[in-house]
Amino acid sequence: MKKKIQFRINIKSKHLLIIMTLFCLVCIIGTFAAGIGTDRLQNAAGMLVVPFQNSIESISGSLDRSVEIFKDKRELIRENEDLKLQIESLISENNKLIQDQSELEDLQELYSLDREYGDFPKVAARIISKDPGNWYDIFMINKGSNDGIRVDNNVIAGKGLVGIVTNVGPDWATVRSIIDDSSHVSAMTVSTQDNLVVEGDLELIDEGKLRFEQLYDQENKVTAGERIVTSNISEKFVEGLFVGYVSQVVQDTNNLTKTGTIVTPVDFRHLRNVFVITVNKQDILDEK
Amino acid sequence: MKSKIILFITILLSFLLQSTVVKKMAIGSISPNLLVILCISMGLMRGRKSGLWVGFFSGMLVDLFYGSFLGFYALIYMYVGFFSGYAYRICYDDEIKVPVMLSVGGDLMYNMAVYALQFLLRGRLSLGRYLIRIILPEVFYTAVLTFIVYRIYYFINYHFMEPVRPERESIWVLK
Repeated sequence: MKKKIQFRINIKSKHLLIIMTLFCLVCIIGTFAAGIGTDRLQNAAGMLVVPFQNSIESISGSLDRSVEIFKDKRELIRENEDLKLQIESLISENNKLIQDQSELEDLQELYSLDREYGDFPKVAARIISKDPGNWYDIFMINKGSNDGIRVDNNVIAGKGLVGIVTNVGPDWATVRSIIDDSSHVSAMTVSTQDNLVVEGDLELIDEGKLRFEQLYDQENKVTAGERIVTSNISEKFVEGLFVGYVSQVVQDTNNLTKTGTIVTPVDFRHLRNVFVITVNKQDILDEK
Repeated sequence: MKSKIILFITILLSFLLQSTVVKKMAIGSISPNLLVILCISMGLMRGRKSGLWVGFFSGMLVDLFYGSFLGFYALIYMYVGFFSGYAYRICYDDEIKVPVMLSVGGDLMYNMAVYALQFLLRGRLSLGRYLIRIILPEVFYTAVLTFIVYRIYYFINYHFMEPVRPERESIWVLK
């Protein structure tokens, strides 16, 4: 008698597994192929999760700060001296930059470039949580559609491009960073305006590098140190955002295109604050 | 009903901790996987069905926020929970070796599934490198974390939830 009941339960759990597997497959196909939106579910789950993530993040932030208070005094003095030296070098550099700036303004007038990096409306946001797994590089920020953030907004940190917004809730948004293995960015070189595709690669993440492909450069003008910015033909990325410097260029076996690696100036591992550009590329195109 | 609510809160808390605190504990940008530990613990202590449900809901949470399509992680975590549920009738759950071994197996299965379905299909063939760089460190770290976290889940299971079986019933016990 007892064995029979056990048997029946076994069948049930197997059936349950099959039913749930089918359900998951339907979900995958539904979102992947048919493009069914999951906004409502996400918003509901966001209401449950985001406040806690916010508070955990702020607690850990204050803990970090309180640890910093106990830093060694000698270390601080040394750091102070270093910083003074740095200020001096920065002042001289700044003078040079001011000269460059006036030159740049003249040139810009010539080219009538009315838009520039700093012109876009930006929203500052803090990273509150990260992708639970180790395979991808997706993080969540504490600002959402209430602050004007939309899907496909570009995200930058102080020095360069960080990623693109993939999902938005009322007070949160998820961002896929450019070092993520599934990320592709259409970019170009600054000096020769050659187009290329920048891809994240999990194998290069440790070195803080990205891979680039499809660079067509017959005259071998692109060398290490070349600046890479987002291109004018990119559909989703605003033109002219700084991506990184070329560190290595290799000719492909087809003898036409080149691949290589790019060093990004952003420290993705210690990233805490980012800026979201609340204008999409499509808006700019529509305006024109 | 009470145990279901407790179970749901446990899943939610584990997800929150995984995406914030555990990610800060990362060594060499590799962090352990608390959700796998949760799935195998509940599978081991409460059977296949509970393992399946726990896996499904924790995977769904990951999918909702970080997945590229809904249901992918839910499927993987569901199978991890379900398979660890087979240990429910065979093994005692108060021995720490069992969950550690299960978490090694479960995490390995989870990572291989992610690699096979999302990386291999995109033409990333160097399994060896991914194995050394990501999978094995994560499996090791997860196994170490299991020593601590399993006791917490064990405590939650036996103090806040109704036990699934009133007394020790194992296929090894002679009736």
